[in-house]
Amino acid sequence: MAFNLPTISRRGLARLGAAAATVAAVGAVKEAAAQGAAGTIKVGILHSLSGTMAISETTLKDVMTMLIEQQNAKGGLLGKKLEAVVVDPASNWPLFAEKARQLISVDKCAATFGCWTSVSRKSVLPVFEELNSILFYPVQYEGQECSRNVFYTGAAPNQQAIPAVDYLMKENKVQRWVLAGTDYVYPRTTNQILEAYLIAKGVAKEDIMINYTPFGHSDWQNIVASIKKFGSAGKKTAVVSTINGDANVPFYKELGNQGIKATDIPVVAFSVGEEELAGIDTKPLVGHLAAWNYFMSVDNADNKKFIDAWHKFTGKPKRTTNDPMEAHYIGFNMWVKAVEAAGTTASDAVIDEMIGVSVPNLSGGYSAMMPNHHITKPVLIGEIQADGQINAVSTTPGLVVAQEWSPYVADTKDLIGDWRAPLKCGAFNVKTGQCSTGKKA
Amino acid sequence: MKLDRTAWLTLGLTFGVPLCLALLNQSTALSSALHVPTYVIALAGKYLCFAMLALAVDLVWGFAGILSLGHAAFFALGGYAMGMYLMRQIGTRGVYGNPMLPDFMVFLGWKELPWYWHGFEWFGFACFMVVLVPGILALVFGYLAFRSRVTGVYLSIITQALTYALLLAFFRNDMGFGGNNGMTDFKDILGFSVQADSTRSALLVISAMFLCGQYLVARYVVRSRFGKVLIAVRDTESRTRFLGYRPESYKLVVWVLSAIMAGIGGALYVPQVGIINPSEFAPANSIEAVIWVAVGGRGTLSGAILGAVIVNFGKTWFTGVLPEYWLYALGALFIFVTLCLPKGVMGLFGRRTA
Amino acid sequence: MCRLFAAFLFALLAALPVGARADQVTEAVAALASPGFDSVRAGVEQLSYSGHPRAAAIIGALQAGKLFVRTDKALFVKQDDGEFADALSGEVAQPGGLKQVRVNNSVRGAIDAALGVLRLFAPDAAARREAAEAVFKSHDPAALPALEKVLATETNAGAKLKMEQARAAAVLASPDSAEADRVAAVAVLRLRGDIEARGFLASLSGQPQSVTEAIVTAITGIDRMAQAWSVAQSVYYGLSLGSVLLLAAAGLAITFGVMGVINMAHGEMVMIGAYTTFVVQQFMRANTPGLYGASLLVAIPMAFLVSGAVGVAIERLLIRWLYGRPLETLLATWGLSLGLQQAVRSIFGANNKDVDTPGWMSGATELGGLTLTWNRMYIILFSIAVLASLMGALRYTSLGLRMRAVTQNRRMAAAMGIRTPWIDALTFGLGSGVAGMAGVALSQIDNVSPNLGQSYIIDSFMVVVFGGVGNLWGTTLGALTLGIVNKFLEPVAGAVMAKIVVLVLLILFIQRRPRGMFPLKGRAVES
Repeated sequence: MAFNLPTISRRGLARLGAAAATVAAVGAVKEAAAQGAAGTIKVGILHSLSGTMAISETTLKDVMTMLIEQQNAKGGLLGKKLEAVVVDPASNWPLFAEKARQLISVDKCAATFGCWTSVSRKSVLPVFEELNSILFYPVQYEGQECSRNVFYTGAAPNQQAIPAVDYLMKENKVQRWVLAGTDYVYPRTTNQILEAYLIAKGVAKEDIMINYTPFGHSDWQNIVASIKKFGSAGKKTAVVSTINGDANVPFYKELGNQGIKATDIPVVAFSVGEEELAGIDTKPLVGHLAAWNYFMSVDNADNKKFIDAWHKFTGKPKRTTNDPMEAHYIGFNMWVKAVEAAGTTASDAVIDEMIGVSVPNLSGGYSAMMPNHHITKPVLIGEIQADGQINAVSTTPGLVVAQEWSPYVADTKDLIGDWRAPLKCGAFNVKTGQCSTGKKA
Repeated sequence: MKLDRTAWLTLGLTFGVPLCLALLNQSTALSSALHVPTYVIALAGKYLCFAMLALAVDLVWGFAGILSLGHAAFFALGGYAMGMYLMRQIGTRGVYGNPMLPDFMVFLGWKELPWYWHGFEWFGFACFMVVLVPGILALVFGYLAFRSRVTGVYLSIITQALTYALLLAFFRNDMGFGGNNGMTDFKDILGFSVQADSTRSALLVISAMFLCGQYLVARYVVRSRFGKVLIAVRDTESRTRFLGYRPESYKLVVWVLSAIMAGIGGALYVPQVGIINPSEFAPANSIEAVIWVAVGGRGTLSGAILGAVIVNFGKTWFTGVLPEYWLYALGALFIFVTLCLPKGVMGLFGRRTA
Repeated sequence: MCRLFAAFLFALLAALPVGARADQVTEAVAALASPGFDSVRAGVEQLSYSGHPRAAAIIGALQAGKLFVRTDKALFVKQDDGEFADALSGEVAQPGGLKQVRVNNSVRGAIDAALGVLRLFAPDAAARREAAEAVFKSHDPAALPALEKVLATETNAGAKLKMEQARAAAVLASPDSAEADRVAAVAVLRLRGDIEARGFLASLSGQPQSVTEAIVTAITGIDRMAQAWSVAQSVYYGLSLGSVLLLAAAGLAITFGVMGVINMAHGEMVMIGAYTTFVVQQFMRANTPGLYGASLLVAIPMAFLVSGAVGVAIERLLIRWLYGRPLETLLATWGLSLGLQQAVRSIFGANNKDVDTPGWMSGATELGGLTLTWNRMYIILFSIAVLASLMGALRYTSLGLRMRAVTQNRRMAAAMGIRTPWIDALTFGLGSGVAGMAGVALSQIDNVSPNLGQSYIIDSFMVVVFGGVGNLWGTTLGALTLGIVNKFLEPVAGAVMAKIVVLVLLILFIQRRPRGMFPLKGRAVES
């Protein structure tokens, strides 16, 4: 088209300009990374600061910044200062993978602390394996995974769900169970495991009701009514809730309003901690239960110190602490110890040193990194109090070792993960003697 | 079809820049100053796929006046079709080592592959489905909508309802598409490892080729007689009808074409970002795609490509350097563009061109 | 008060078979003071039957978390004035080294049962009713003598009924009751007919043949009644969901339906209303604690004003430049909504905020076989009130007249001397303000978080489009229809499928009626 000839050169120039800007910007990122690498050790923080998961993950970003500051105040690591690299994956799963790649290959982070949802972890997993870097994952999850590059500092199902069910059976003589969850992989697996476990314990199939709801479900009228109905069959009934995040507030509000008290039908939740309760008026919920590996109310010197530091750091004397924060606390201290032992931040050396590292947890004991890259934890069952805290009513006598592969799922009951030499395998089948992960260590 | 300089420039840049990036990534040493890191390759590939989605949106919105707030649904469906192929390629290398079933099915205790998964082990079949599934959905939806003359805002809202319904459906684990986790941990495509740098570079160049192809097709369509009628429909649908045209047929054809273009974009997106999950159906994604077009310049095909690249580059950049404030920057960009640049960035450089 | 308390004590002492026995009290106190929930529970049970005059006070303190134990195992009650009193004597003491006696669910159950028995003789009829209900739940045969005693003198019908039901439960639970008494007891519970009665009946085992038969018939009868009421219950759920949708969509019906502005930041107006509620509550808790119960009533106009003001600002600064380009307002307001969300996140933090539900909105009431939760009941009423005042404002006020004039024919209205830009701003402000009031209601049932608005925006648009743009009646009917259809589908198809089916039905409906249920007629439609 001849008539727009005069404009072409301008248009072309602008496009070239845009392209040049792109290239320049990429260059700038590289340069900044190179400068940083000289004097500091970089630690990536990969938690959503916007979008739906910001509600849970922002706190974890804050706690990591605090831990890094504290470590720097103690003189840093290997004589260098630590530097936090914070990015925002915006609750967008492909963006998690992209940001992970950026943290590892552009910013050259020595280790990354991050992710909350299973899908975000699944999204970044191939990136960490491909680029051989380290991820610390702080949230309780469904298990069935054991990667060489990931350290799972949250609970596996056997470190949370099964002790809670045992407690209800023993203390409240519960015979009928509602397994209510959000429809995603963590509740699906946990419920699958629990169902098998309950049936093994002699609970009849018709005494188990399983219900799944979508994310962010906000209208619980029917479901709470049907729980009530299910509970009227003459046997003591309890609800095991794997309902996720946002949906909990309307769920508990509806429970309170429909008059389901903890003394009638107790609800034990695996995804509700102090942070979630801070958004609810807990007076109608007193006595409902939560199972975790840490409660803010745990009474010991380490925890007190941690909470004080947290309040000072955030400037808010009422900020709560919760289990995933403790998991990052443990994970970070383990990493520091392993790096000190290895004398370097190189992934392979640190991964090898990590196994067997033992650091104090905040529940009053020590947690150790096992060969399956999961940690040992005490399991606490607590009751919700009127002030939004959870008081422990039962603690497992010793530490529980994580079962990364569930013995209740037919396909995984023979698998074990052991990243020590000579096995070095995330999914070793003890029956066939085969290592079935495609990943070579 | 004669290409003007705008078209040559667009083609040159959309093909040339990715090609250079890929070549530099492949041919230079890691330490070289000219080396392009794989991170950039992966990003560029993602941008190009988004550009295909933007092109598809622009084709219906810029030239036929159909504001779709659900185009990401077609993109995601294309992505799922490719994802299913990639899942089947994993074979026994999955965590559970099951030769037939993808990991998430083993995990849910499924014993058999659902019928709709059969055939996806063949690349050709998967490619066929990449085109067919979004195409059929668009055909049915468009036929019903355009026949009963649903227009304007009403159409926008029901496209949103469509993508929202698909979002909810794909979230369900019982659907057999992996639920919230979707599909991930892909191993290889046509025998090449998806994690290898060479595969990534190749995928980038292929994406660039497809984008150029789509650009040429779209350009041909809008410049043809057919395209002139479309523009007439966009400007005054009733008058066009009175002149004896059947606007619904014109709209339907371009709607289906656009859906297929978006589907192809999605199919190329999945192996490059390594995950497909239901959040791709989120209505917010579709709205964002419309915004890319608005930023670039509605009704200019090169503008759509430019807009997608600019906004996504901005997103990458801001989420890294301003993690706590980037939403302000992005929000301000949208407001600024609509208020001050009604014709988008392309409007800065001269009159509207196709 | 003192006299009443004395009467209560007297009645209590008279009612119980045994007087206060010193050794039993000592044992109970020792059990309460020992660690371990089982022993605390035993202590509660022993104390409740000891007949000690301060048993109720001590158990009540335990329930409220105000019972403390000293290292030497003496018990103290923390009084309202913060002083400590010796648990058994009631004398003020100043002990040191106290630890709270902790309770768990099984202790709480024992407390409820014990207090139920102890409070059966309370002077207040409502308290007696509650006590009888607690005894019903515990169905402890040991409470039978007390029940018989109190029934003989009870005059309040409601309390009497509850006591009879409690007696029936205790009779059935007791191993020594006569068969005829049992059958009669089943009949009492059959009449009660609610889910608790069913649960209790179903839990009984080892009853004589005739009683078992009566129980089976009673359970079937109760189930049949519940079945019959369940349709009404679903309608209530649907109305409640519909009224929430209506509240969320009413503001949009103004900004989008009347003005034609596609306001993607509408959800954020709702969110601002919810955060206003939070701020009002915080403020009132700190400054006017006496009026705290009315905080929601204060929050409603505040939310209207705050969201309305934000709306006017948005219209003046942004939207007025975009009239005639409706689809572009969509993009600009989308950008705005991102900014507003992040702003709230920066100011208030990303966590949920705790908005209290006042006492009068908590709990539920039974109406026949229906369970009506108060918060939802009030939301239904509130949505009716909002709708009525909105329609009234549009129809009967001069502002409403001008608004209608401007939307019908802008130029003509301007020619008649109406300041159209000002009216535009006010109309947008009105729509936003209504959204803000919706936020107050939503704060009672949903999360108060920056994402609050996002979860309602799509539904709101569906409702408005389904009902027919520009028609408040259409919006109302649309919201209620969607709510009720959803709630009837949910038990059949599950929560997710119900929603999907509703969306698909909506798409199909729009194909049949491209302009919603109540389309606007006339030429304006084409533009």
